[in-house]
Amino acid sequence: MAGKYIGQNYIPPDHVAKVMGRARYAEDFRADGMLFTKLLLSPMPHARVRSIDTSAALAMPGVKAILTADDLPDLEGAERALTNEPRYAGEPILAVAAVDELTAAAAIELIRVDLEPLPFVTDSLESLRPGGPNARLEGNAWGAPPPGGQGPAAPAPLETIKWTAEDFAAAAPGQLPMGRPLEEWSYGDLDAGFASAALVLDETFVVQSTGHHPMETRSAMAYWQNGKLFIHASTQSVAQTRGSIARWVGIEPANVNLICEYTGGGFGSKGAGAVSSAIPAMLSRKANAPVMMRITREEESYIGRARTNMTGRAKIGFATDGRITALDLFIVQDTGAYGPLGDHRSAGLATSLTYQPPAMRWRAVNVITNTPPRSQQRSPGPMQANGIIEPVVTKAAKQLGLDQVQIRRMNSPEGRAEFGPVLPATGRRNRVTSAFVKDALDRGAALFNWDAKKARAGRRQGSKVRGVGVAVGPHGAGSIGFDSLMTIRPDGRLYVQSGVGNLGTHSVIDLARVAAEVLDMPWEKVEVTWGDTGKHLPWTCLSVGSQTTHAMTRANHAGAMDARRKLQDIAARDLGGRPDDYDVRGERVYQRSSPGRGLSFAQAAARAIALGGRYDGHELPEDINAMTRESATRLAGLGLMGVAKDTYPRVGATYSFVAGFAEVEVDVETGGVTLVDFLAVGDVGTIINPRSLLAQIKGGCCLGIAHALFQKSVVDPRYGISLGDRFHYSKPLSILDIPARMDAHALDMADPETPVGARGVGEPPVGAGYGAVMNAIADAVGEDVFRRSPVTADIILMSLEHGARMHEPLRAHV
Amino acid sequence: MAVIRDPMPAFEFFQPTSVEDAQALLRRYGADAWVLAGGLDSLDWLKDRIKRPAALVDLGTIPGLKGIRDVDGGLEIGAMTTLTDLVRHPLVRERYSILLEAAEAAASPQIRNQGTIGGNVSQDTRCWYYRAGWPCYRAGGNICYADTPESINREHAILQADRCVAVNPSDTAPALIVLDAQMVIRTAGGTERVVPAEDYFVGPGIDITRMTILEPGDLLTAIRLPATWAGATFYFEKVRDRQVWDFALVSVASAIIMNGSGIERMRIAVNGVSARPLRLQAVETLVRGRAADEMTAVAAGNLAIDGAQPLTFNAYKVPLMRNLVKRAIRGVEPATWNS
Repeated sequence: MAGKYIGQNYIPPDHVAKVMGRARYAEDFRADGMLFTKLLLSPMPHARVRSIDTSAALAMPGVKAILTADDLPDLEGAERALTNEPRYAGEPILAVAAVDELTAAAAIELIRVDLEPLPFVTDSLESLRPGGPNARLEGNAWGAPPPGGQGPAAPAPLETIKWTAEDFAAAAPGQLPMGRPLEEWSYGDLDAGFASAALVLDETFVVQSTGHHPMETRSAMAYWQNGKLFIHASTQSVAQTRGSIARWVGIEPANVNLICEYTGGGFGSKGAGAVSSAIPAMLSRKANAPVMMRITREEESYIGRARTNMTGRAKIGFATDGRITALDLFIVQDTGAYGPLGDHRSAGLATSLTYQPPAMRWRAVNVITNTPPRSQQRSPGPMQANGIIEPVVTKAAKQLGLDQVQIRRMNSPEGRAEFGPVLPATGRRNRVTSAFVKDALDRGAALFNWDAKKARAGRRQGSKVRGVGVAVGPHGAGSIGFDSLMTIRPDGRLYVQSGVGNLGTHSVIDLARVAAEVLDMPWEKVEVTWGDTGKHLPWTCLSVGSQTTHAMTRANHAGAMDARRKLQDIAARDLGGRPDDYDVRGERVYQRSSPGRGLSFAQAAARAIALGGRYDGHELPEDINAMTRESATRLAGLGLMGVAKDTYPRVGATYSFVAGFAEVEVDVETGGVTLVDFLAVGDVGTIINPRSLLAQIKGGCCLGIAHALFQKSVVDPRYGISLGDRFHYSKPLSILDIPARMDAHALDMADPETPVGARGVGEPPVGAGYGAVMNAIADAVGEDVFRRSPVTADIILMSLEHGARMHEPLRAHV
Repeated sequence: MAVIRDPMPAFEFFQPTSVEDAQALLRRYGADAWVLAGGLDSLDWLKDRIKRPAALVDLGTIPGLKGIRDVDGGLEIGAMTTLTDLVRHPLVRERYSILLEAAEAAASPQIRNQGTIGGNVSQDTRCWYYRAGWPCYRAGGNICYADTPESINREHAILQADRCVAVNPSDTAPALIVLDAQMVIRTAGGTERVVPAEDYFVGPGIDITRMTILEPGDLLTAIRLPATWAGATFYFEKVRDRQVWDFALVSVASAIIMNGSGIERMRIAVNGVSARPLRLQAVETLVRGRAADEMTAVAAGNLAIDGAQPLTFNAYKVPLMRNLVKRAIRGVEPATWNS
């Protein structure tokens, strides 16, 4: 539904503050009498706190309070902000509040914590070995979720699983052993698929863990007033983080006022906030003073979340024309010290969707290790799947003499493509709402000049050789059923309430563009209220899983349509005729046959207040969420209210896709890789905000590029300690690593299952960037040179030097 | 007692305006004093609360330590000259472009604005076990955590390890060795001592706790570049993971003066392979009088890596160093892709 606002660039209202440095993040706030807190982190990867002696610390002048796990509510086994059984090195054990950070840190150095070391393990395969250590006292893996629990974050039981020596012996060197899985699904006739294949490949790949490392760490400041918690924290999702904080602190959501107008990035690590925000909240209550917790980069590397690493083994059958005949995927996932994460499940489903195998089996174990906790990281699962599957497809194309774009195109999903296993609920396989991947590949290949670039790939010039690569990144891209809340007030302006987090994607504001479009309201007369749960926000999706643009444009379409109907109702009531006789345009509601007969928005708003009832929010729809009801009730009487739950139908699961194209230059004498050109094309539905959309595609690709080339997490296995605890060790992409030529496009083809046509975009580019760059390296120097990422100079140089892969085949966190 | 890595503890902070005053402060505080140049290395140590000096002596307020002067066809560079100022100086570009390349390869633009040439050559190693405060040999303990069968030591040494396997991280050091730079030291006793760059650095066999010959109270005040190698054929290359804010996996610097088709003389140094940057004198001798061609390069590369002993994760440094030495002699054929 492109129009006056949808599909047009604009300057979001937060831009000036961001550019001028006036935007205030959690750490920028101050309160009278504010204390600072510092954390005592576990030096051991797994231990039990025997005793804590805080006497010397508490005796220090300026020390006000100490918070331990004993002060926190029990969360039924889930991760808490502090612990008496640290399960990874760097896990917070206690927090000291003092008049300043120097005092708090000095106090921590006076605290004696007696720790009993417990068995630990940092590598999931080591935990699966016969007699291998368990990361937790209760077990070493998360089992299958109970029936019905298909979602990525479905709860799962804790289990103990060990594979046999025979399981390990059955794997050739470098191959992932495949013992008993804890989860499994399949569809189609796998044996027949492999039997009919002209080529069967069986490859193992190690996808590394990577810290999220948003620029803003998870700092937070909290204070209490009249029994209510006020907290400045960094989150991706304002509306839903209120409930998280309430749970972590043990109070009612209505007693939490969360303020977060600006979020310095999250990438999935602050989905519903950060559990650590309970520390300043609880400490503030204990010390009876505001408490600021500034999280350092080192602390962020421990508590700031990371992607699950996976070792995957894929056996894939191909017909001579390149069509996949069968796919058998086994994943060992390292879910860190907590979890469970469901990346492995999303990886299986994404594999089924992206490559459309007629027969597929997916098996997995979700192993717990004593390494920093994981959370969903921008494209959790589908990105890792690209690492496991793409090298196999690339190798098959080489062996079958096929073009890399063609083999992906022929196996790509089209239209309402099926994916995954048969669902128990429906007895059928799931389908996507739409997929235009072939269009994206065709457009991208043309724009990238694929054929010309391909022609020079693999040819040496001096020590340099170039290669081209392509990959399709998929990801779920939209949820449904959330609420919208807006008012047209007697000042003639439209006030849109946004519960979305301002995490840099602009979806926090973009949703109001839909309302402006539906109501034909000039953009300069639209005010968006966001970033403070005290400002009456509606029930809103989590800004994770690329769902926000889809979910909240639908909701705000519904809310704006509600306002539009109320404008028509009021006009018909006052001026005669039926509501449908009236049109809404030019800040007026007027009779179509007699345009002079109508009301201005300002007049209609005043009439709505006079009429009361459903017009101004004194009567509310039955189906809206309690949070929306509470907010709408507070706004009642201010004007004509648009308030609605998104009840638009949707058939199928919403997915977006990005096709990535990369050209690299590899120096065979150093192993160094230079990314010289990159292009991506999004199949992401209707474009709402072009500039931001293309920035999302480029930015997401950059994350994938970093995963392909250098980003990693490193853990010393002997001591169980993270070594990559600084930016320059973990190596996220820098601005100077972005290729000289980088371009993004989007198809702008509407999704048929949502009224606005828009799907999410944040995540699918990650797998596209990751897969395309690795495929380009393989194209340049050989598809068997590496089977792990990041693909660094040492890996390439050693493989070329020895004519065989020399890197560690299976070990994680190196 | 518990360990915490932030914030920086309090200390006395001095900004003397002369070298004499600085050294008087260093004498007064003795082992409790810390010399601050650009702060890029120091502040990590201080913020991590691992190094806990009572007093910081900032050299940034001493006017005589900054700037670049033309001296007899060479240059004298004040130790507190920032890498950015070095990179932008026309005479550096004209005579010693290799130093420009090396300095420009260091860290990031922001760090080069703050980081100094004196700090760059005097900085401590970046071994991530040592920098995390593990009680290793270099930190006064009796173990090397980076040299066990399970250690993660991709960035560590392949040559001249002695208990410690850390490497020198300086990008400018090999370039300075190649240029036969003279390091001007004002000793604690107040006398001037001038040492060649290659002798400025020490390995663990000499002193496992230090990276340079500087004794407590000594200050590096300037670096003199003689005219000897000005305008030679230079080669510098730093191989790293990222294009910015990354230390070298291996770097190489060389200067060649040709005589007809033969190499009249050459100086070559590598870094990232040992606790100190290594001048490869055997290679220099080998190539004298030979053509700067592939055959010479292969022989030089092989000779350079003689005796290399890789660890679990850094075997790649052997061929990488060999290839970089080769490239320093025969150059790199530029690729000429159309786009």
